[in-house]
Amino acid sequence: MSATNRNRLSAGGLIDRNQTRGFSFDGTRHRGYAGDTLASALLANGVRLVGRSFKYHRPRGIFSAGAEEPNALVELRTGARREPNTRATVTELYDGLEATSQNRWPSLALDALSLNRFLAPFLGAGFYYKTFMWPAAFWEKVYEPIIRRAAGLGRAALEEDPDHYEKATAFCDVLVIGAGPAGLMAALTAARSGARVILADEDFLPGGGLNAEAGDVDRQPAPAFAAGIAAELASLPNVRVMTRTSVFGVYDGGTYGALERVSDHLAVPAPFQPRQRLWRIVARRAVLAAGATERPIVFGGNDRPGVMLAGAVGTYVQRHAVLPGRNIALFANNDGAWRDMLAAQAAGAHVETIVDVRAEVAPELIAAAQAKGIRVLKGAQVIATHGRTLRSLEVATASGTERIAADTLAVSGGWSPCVHLTCHHGGKPAWNEDIAAFVPGTCPPGLSVAGAAKGILGLGACLRDGAETGAESARALGFTVPAHEVPEVADAAFALTPFWHVEGSKGAAFVDLQNDVTAKDVGIAHKEGFRSVELLKRYTTLGMATDQGRTSNVTGLAIMASLTGASIPETGTTIFRPPYTPVSMGALAGHHRGKDFRPVRLTPTHEWARAQGAVFIETGAWLRAQYFPRAGEKDWLETVTREVTAVRASVGLIDVSTFGKIDLQGRDVGAFLDRVYINGFAALAVGKARYGVMLREDGLVMDDGTTARLSPEHYVMTTTTANAAKVFQHLEFCLQVLWPELDVALSSISEQWAQIAIAGPRARDVLARVADGDVSNAALPFMGAVEGTVMDGVKARLFRLSFSGELGFEIAVPARHGAALAQALMQAGETFGITPYGIEALGVMRIEKGHVSGSELSGQTTAGDLGFGRMASTKKDYIGRTMAARPGLADPDRPAFVGFRPVDLSRRLRAGAHFLNRGAAPETANDQGYMTSVAYSPHLGHWIGLGLITRGPERLGERVRAYDPVRGEEIEVEICAPGFIDPEGVRLRG
Amino acid sequence: MRIPCPYCGERDAHEFSYLGDATLTRPDPAAADAEQAFHDYVYLRDNPAGAHEEWWYHANGCRQWLRVTRDTRTHAISGAAPARKSGEPA
Ligand SMILES: [Zn+2]
Repeated sequence: MSATNRNRLSAGGLIDRNQTRGFSFDGTRHRGYAGDTLASALLANGVRLVGRSFKYHRPRGIFSAGAEEPNALVELRTGARREPNTRATVTELYDGLEATSQNRWPSLALDALSLNRFLAPFLGAGFYYKTFMWPAAFWEKVYEPIIRRAAGLGRAALEEDPDHYEKATAFCDVLVIGAGPAGLMAALTAARSGARVILADEDFLPGGGLNAEAGDVDRQPAPAFAAGIAAELASLPNVRVMTRTSVFGVYDGGTYGALERVSDHLAVPAPFQPRQRLWRIVARRAVLAAGATERPIVFGGNDRPGVMLAGAVGTYVQRHAVLPGRNIALFANNDGAWRDMLAAQAAGAHVETIVDVRAEVAPELIAAAQAKGIRVLKGAQVIATHGRTLRSLEVATASGTERIAADTLAVSGGWSPCVHLTCHHGGKPAWNEDIAAFVPGTCPPGLSVAGAAKGILGLGACLRDGAETGAESARALGFTVPAHEVPEVADAAFALTPFWHVEGSKGAAFVDLQNDVTAKDVGIAHKEGFRSVELLKRYTTLGMATDQGRTSNVTGLAIMASLTGASIPETGTTIFRPPYTPVSMGALAGHHRGKDFRPVRLTPTHEWARAQGAVFIETGAWLRAQYFPRAGEKDWLETVTREVTAVRASVGLIDVSTFGKIDLQGRDVGAFLDRVYINGFAALAVGKARYGVMLREDGLVMDDGTTARLSPEHYVMTTTTANAAKVFQHLEFCLQVLWPELDVALSSISEQWAQIAIAGPRARDVLARVADGDVSNAALPFMGAVEGTVMDGVKARLFRLSFSGELGFEIAVPARHGAALAQALMQAGETFGITPYGIEALGVMRIEKGHVSGSELSGQTTAGDLGFGRMASTKKDYIGRTMAARPGLADPDRPAFVGFRPVDLSRRLRAGAHFLNRGAAPETANDQGYMTSVAYSPHLGHWIGLGLITRGPERLGERVRAYDPVRGEEIEVEICAPGFIDPEGVRLRG
Repeated sequence: MRIPCPYCGERDAHEFSYLGDATLTRPDPAAADAEQAFHDYVYLRDNPAGAHEEWWYHANGCRQWLRVTRDTRTHAISGAAPARKSGEPA
């Protein structure tokens, strides 16, 4: 045996002694084997002190051998991959693993902050609420920084996570959670019926408790039996075995959340592999076979490194061939722990003493122990421990107190079934007197529980129950389950006398090791009236650490029960919520991060625009050309001014494909439009388009756009970019729910059609060179809409619409021709200096023209507010009409839409500024409205604005103040009509 | 949550958007009490503990509005029917 594995047994265990794994802990190099966890490898190398506790910085060792670990939390990896609070007990050892202890300064062995121990009187129950209340100013400046440095866990990485994460969905008939004895049998019987089975287990090796079992099952060693079943399952086409996968939540409709640690057992993920994968598993039935967690007994000094759960001692000896110590003592209240010690002894461990709280223990157990030379102390209790790491115990017996040497103390207070997932739909666990533990109560629909998770303690019984539960689940889904044999294992009687806390023991006795909550803290909570479980939890922080109190909840409850004199079930139950085990933010985010947060939608002319040097901007999910800078332009304003001037002087083009486009067909489209727009559409002639405004049923404006009638029963509607999906959903609701009698069919064609607007006095000349037909004023008058072809035969829709106030057209072609159309228009317009423009120039021109847009369609404005009052028909009903007449929405004092110009034309206007009458104090009561949009108008040579101000249209010419406390500005503005350019509309009718 | 769409089969709730109470009827705008009736229609909602009929729109599927019956206490879904009855135009 090499010095580096000095606590390793020479034979046995489920490790591969031919595959060594080098690793380091706090910079010291060690070696372990394939099949080790970090915890087993540390123990094999004699490392017993692995961390400092949360509040008091007490030295802590490895306490368990599984997911319940409260103590052995380490930082794993370095740099950007550094991961705090990793449980050494479930960390699969890999070559090159680097782990660091947490919560110590300057070093693990010599921790300056262990002084906190002397502050213990101040850090007890409710310390957050009591000690640091006064003076209030001290909290932020003094108390909190000190507490945060002293109390805390590991450090998260500061750099961006270099790994990636995936999300996936799986479907199955039966999901089996846990691959221990019950889970393996459940999966096997269900699988043999033909059901599609997923078997998920958080360990890297299926088998659960079988892997720590010393005896035989089915005439072979228990781990070999487990491996055989796992291999059969893996070979079946209808089964997926998922190791390293924790099912962490039960959601509605048979949906389960699971985290697969794809690469956590590697230093760096393999190429193209994610670090972790978040699964959504949809299962028709599920079997929870999550096993049970051993719980400790609370006594003075029970947190000293060397104190460990009895089952964990068994696991390290049997599965990892590691002796946690040279001289083991047991402190227990049940027979199971005795058998673990006897088996460990048989495997090569040295168990010297058994301390049992019970006065009477089965004679055959005593005989077996004594036959192996183990000293038995009945009716005895451990009252104190000694040593930096454990050296000796003080034991109180009927005849007095004696000191016993031991470097490892195995502790067992019984077992608590892992009922967590059964609580995720609000089910409350029920108390079972026989095993003194909570067992599952009402389970989520479709979930059955099998084996130890159900409170069945005994290997043979777990195998039988797993097989039966798996069979029942398959039968419930209509599968025929073939006859199955379950290996016989004789279970010894399970005898336990409930025992929780050694009263009168010496030194701090910890209930919750991770949050440093002592039995005394529970007593303080009781004394101060925080007796309900929920208050106890929050007052003492019991069970609120990352281990969610797996080893402490029931014990804390039991101690409170003994103080109040009530029974445990009367005192309360522990309720568990998802997630069962911590899930990293990276896994929850999956690939939805940074630029990949959501898909980016590109316009059909995106590549063309890029070639033109466009600067892009996100508008909703779309990436649109914002402006097209040219060499020598000093800022965006210069570029935008050039673009606007070019359009107004000659011609420009812009991609408007992002508008929502909806195809409407049927006999009743006109009637339908009449009911969804405030203005009339029934009389719209074929070949014409009309601007329309839609309200929500509550009377406020929802959206605006144009609808064109292409043929008697065929219309196309445009919506704003932002509301495309919302309007479509609304129209479907109107049609399917409100007026199913109407003959109308809707289809979204936003993706199918590219649409390009050209505007400016030369727009018709450009269009004429691209369109195949007549585009004269007679053939295509203002608000005309015709179908035709462009570019020698490409199907097209031509609309004579204008957002800019200039002569304008929109040309729609199938999306695949969009880029070609842009190029054709550029070529056709070359002699006119055609200029591509972006949405900034578009915005400037619409403000100059006085059109409303997203800033005015804010969801808080009425048609009347926006100047559409006279557009609203009085001859028909439409969505929102009745509610729009409410006094509050019809109030003539409401802010209404007008234009604004600075009195001093050199001043810049600011959107968001609030209007105040001259002489009025800047108070909410005097608020007259606010500026919605502003732009520098190249046409006028100064800033202009649009906004909403009380009785605006009646106040043209009046001067008010635009008050902007955010930017600290206040300027005088004059109210004017919205429409700074060509108010008569001569240009667009040209 | 899983919604059994009559057109697409059982689908995850993420594919749908929710609107609310499906037992309401849009009031007659010509009625004398239309204003009050619309107020109730737009704003007043019961909050039952138990079976609730509600509108769900299969946005990432067949684009149909469905009348779904959901138990508000358990999220158990006992049925989903198309808003439009058969025989009506689709
Ligand atoms: Zn559907």
